Amino acid sequence: MGLEQFKNRNVGTQNYTKLDLGETPANGFEQFKQVAKRTFKGELFVGLWVTLREMINALFKGQMHTVKYPFEKMPISPRYRAIHDMLRLLESGHYRCIGCGLCEKICISNCITMDTRYDENQRKEVTEYTINFGRCIFCGYCAEVCPELAIVHGPRYETASEQRASFSLFEDMLTPIDQLNLQQEYDGFGAVSPNADANIKKTPLAY
Amino acid sequence: METTLAGHAMETLPHVTWLGVLIKAIIILAVISAIAGFGTFIERKVLAFMQRRLGPMHVGPYGLLQLAADGIKLFTKEDIIPQNANKFIFMIAPIITAATAFIALAAVPVFPDFTIPSWIPLLGGTFVPSIAADLNIGILFVLGMMAAGLYGPLLAGMSQANKWGIIGAARTAVQFLSYEVVTGLSILAPIMLVGSLSFVDFNDYQSGGIGSWLIWQQPVAFVLFLIAGFAETNRTPFDLLEHEAEVVSGYATEYSGMRWGMFFIGEYANMITVSIIAAVVFLGGYSVEGIGWLTIILKVAFFFFLMLWVRASWPHIRPDQLMWLCWKVLMPIAVINIVITGIVMMV
Repeated sequence: MGLEQFKNRNVGTQNYTKLDLGETPANGFEQFKQVAKRTFKGELFVGLWVTLREMINALFKGQMHTVKYPFEKMPISPRYRAIHDMLRLLESGHYRCIGCGLCEKICISNCITMDTRYDENQRKEVTEYTINFGRCIFCGYCAEVCPELAIVHGPRYETASEQRASFSLFEDMLTPIDQLNLQQEYDGFGAVSPNADANIKKTPLAY
Repeated sequence: METTLAGHAMETLPHVTWLGVLIKAIIILAVISAIAGFGTFIERKVLAFMQRRLGPMHVGPYGLLQLAADGIKLFTKEDIIPQNANKFIFMIAPIITAATAFIALAAVPVFPDFTIPSWIPLLGGTFVPSIAADLNIGILFVLGMMAAGLYGPLLAGMSQANKWGIIGAARTAVQFLSYEVVTGLSILAPIMLVGSLSFVDFNDYQSGGIGSWLIWQQPVAFVLFLIAGFAETNRTPFDLLEHEAEVVSGYATEYSGMRWGMFFIGEYANMITVSIIAAVVFLGGYSVEGIGWLTIILKVAFFFFLMLWVRASWPHIRPDQLMWLCWKVLMPIAVINIVITGIVMMV
């Protein structure tokens, strides 16, 4: 297919649907008729009614659109990608992060820095974990790649702060241990789908 | 008949002293500027409601003290005079607008007349009239004053050495030339019916209830006067002078602080004046007994609301459309209306 059809700028030959714009008045009497028709058509009063209807809707039917922002907030989508949260295991209260480093690897703006070591039980322990929010583009890849749903995007979109370090340490993002019962499961990128149980299949062992 | 009426008036109405007129003038000045300021608040609220917004909400309950905040801002803002402006004319232009708006109100019946109670020292017993200056040519005076008020935008736009201002001034002249004919001709037919230019005579002519209102006899004149009134007060279908989308702020581009504020006090005072004229001339005005003073407030409030309502609803028109409308449509209709009124009166 070539570009010929796009190069055809001849409007008249194509298959357009013309709007019904009426006849252009040809002489003085038709112009007068048009003016008289438009004058008495009442379109202006339709306009008046539209604004009055909106005023009535807003004042008496609770359809005011204003959200008084600092005092009221709109609900945000669970898939909204704001400042990251680090979740804990509900059973033990231990953080979910297993120190695999996938988020650090996938981060396209190289803003995640983590360091791990083996603790006395030979488990991976996160010794250092920071996200440089000056670089983070909130793409969501870290949450998507995380195998443990440990790093997720939280709902905290008001990110004004005196220091940008205020958000970026592991402890700042981790669910406080005393608010573990309030921890919300994540519905966004990489989360388990609602019908995950139905999708489970036996692992084919007969390779 | 006339002599008895005059004699009746002489007996019942107390003598109007200069003190009463002075008090009346101060009351008009204070109340109308307060209402004009309050009008900006009402306008912002009504426009907001019609767009399903809340409008000013944070200063005081429901944003009522927004007016005070705006007033403080206007009064304390730097008064900038552009370098190449004609300083004297630039400085007096807003005063012309505000002053003519209030001078026009001198001949308009605002609030019922009353006598100050005699226990108040100094002023006790002073009769305060309903009209500061009860001219027998009240309508002519008010329309003339409001027309003179257009010198404000005209001189302001020409003196400020700003191209937007020049365009605004040119549009002022265009608008002035267009609507002023319609204003005069539209109100001429009711004047012919009543046979007087005094607001009090208009009010008395329609004192027989809703059926005697002049709007039923002169519906065409009422509509024409309303349209011309919108043009006279620079309200939205005809706000060519300062339409932001086209000429930044038109004649008010270079103004700041209180001088800018004076233009708007003048504009809102003019809105009130036009509302009062429409209410008195076409909608029966006030009646003295009972709660008659409330009816004129309601009528004026309705016209004020109508101006805000129209601003929220309708787009504004081009200068050439305004001239076309005024000269080719409204003026012939007004002339035909006068001729028909005259024929009906003679037959």
